Amino acid sequence: MLIDTFLFHFGRYVLLLKSAVAKPERFSMYYKETIRQMDAIGVGSVFIVLLISVFIGMVTAVQFADQLGDSFIPAYYIGYIVRDITIIEMAPTITCLVLAGKVGSNLAAEIGGMRQKEHIDAMEIMGVNTAAYLIMPKLVAAVVVIPLLVAISAFVSIIGGYVATVLPGDLSHTEYVLGLRTFFVPRYVFMMFVKAAVFAFLLTSISCYLGYYVKGGSIELGEASTNAVVVSNVLILLFDFIIALLLT
Amino acid sequence: MIRTENIEKSFGDNYVLKGISTEFFAGKPNLIIGSSGAGKTVLLKLLIGLFKPDSGKVFYGDTDIFSLEAKELRAIRMRIGMLFQGNALFDSMTVGENIRFPMDMFTRRTLKEKTMRVDECLEMVNMEGINDRYPSEVSGGMQKRVGIARSMVLEPDYLFCDEPNSGLDPQTSILIDELICDLTTRNNITTVINTHDMNSVMGIGENIILMKDGHVAWRGDKTQVLESDNQVLEDFIFASPFLRRLRADALKLRHSEE
Repeated sequence: MLIDTFLFHFGRYVLLLKSAVAKPERFSMYYKETIRQMDAIGVGSVFIVLLISVFIGMVTAVQFADQLGDSFIPAYYIGYIVRDITIIEMAPTITCLVLAGKVGSNLAAEIGGMRQKEHIDAMEIMGVNTAAYLIMPKLVAAVVVIPLLVAISAFVSIIGGYVATVLPGDLSHTEYVLGLRTFFVPRYVFMMFVKAAVFAFLLTSISCYLGYYVKGGSIELGEASTNAVVVSNVLILLFDFIIALLLT
Repeated sequence: MIRTENIEKSFGDNYVLKGISTEFFAGKPNLIIGSSGAGKTVLLKLLIGLFKPDSGKVFYGDTDIFSLEAKELRAIRMRIGMLFQGNALFDSMTVGENIRFPMDMFTRRTLKEKTMRVDECLEMVNMEGINDRYPSEVSGGMQKRVGIARSMVLEPDYLFCDEPNSGLDPQTSILIDELICDLTTRNNITTVINTHDMNSVMGIGENIILMKDGHVAWRGDKTQVLESDNQVLEDFIFASPFLRRLRADALKLRHSEE
């Protein structure tokens, strides 16, 4: 039963994505919609990303400063640890988990609302490829903008770590910067962007899928919105593991 | 003209349409009537290709729309206008943008040409000057008119209206009916209207199809409604004692005039 349900949804999801990747009826309309989505997903999420990122950096730095405490490990390692944890894991994963909540639920509710108010039927009857018009601009916008948000998140987290350790005097400015510059592996930055792009694709496509096929009334719309967040979060963590296996 | 051939449709064990064969003519309003659950909306959605039948065919002219590829079906749909029960106007767009949307999507007209056509369509439905208002800022009747304007913007060959009078007062309903009727005859459009409204039946019913339990129970025009002895029609249209009395009086008057 569970396998049947999984196969049904997976098959329908793949078919929807196939329809979504189609030649636009009018490029300018898709371009306009993509820019609108970039604004909604990107600009609309900057504040929350900045907020969580600064705390992620601060908490990471404070926790490691405490654990290193009186050990023989040099204090500048705090900068190194904050940098790598942020770039490899915290920035892409936590940011995308939060965005799954903010952007994912919003996309599912927006498309689901359009389905319920017959907007999607109206577009279909006009001859619009609704899968393409409603999903492709969101996918493109998310895959472009979310990696940028993740990069901002990584940068702000590192500043957060600095604020939490250097300003109170636990660590000197020179030590923190030395830590940031030690054992730098550029491949980790590549990994961060791969994760960000994959997670962006997952959270957007799944949310759009759940919204596109919503049936019933406001309760079902709420369920679709919640499921969008839950399924996106689970898949983000699963793919986090898969990417870690593949790229390390 | 639209023609259906032995259309059957079920949802699980629920057989909604049981072999519908009928015709909808160009240049006159074709009404689908029937009680709730008779299968009217399913038939309408089949006619526009939103549902696929279990068996049977829907012909637009000589083309069976269910034998078409998705791309070809979309080309046919560009010749269709549809007025939804809930209007389906896009909330985030102004009235002008709503009407312009099909042109933005499918034509290469300049902004000036598109704006002129929007104004023309609004004038056609007597709603000039509301281009910059949002759908939420106009009344239900005005939204219906805007919906009609949007459905007419690409000069369709086929117009479908799902319960165009629902939620409207009788006077506005009659105005909307007259508007649809006028556009249909003036542009020789094949118009299919799904309705419960008896004013519409008696006012613009040139080709009426009464559905019951997934079958066509009666077919005729508004002049035949009064004199028909079809029990299903009688039960549906003249449901109350008051209407039955009214019908008897009307028949008496007609016979005395003859």
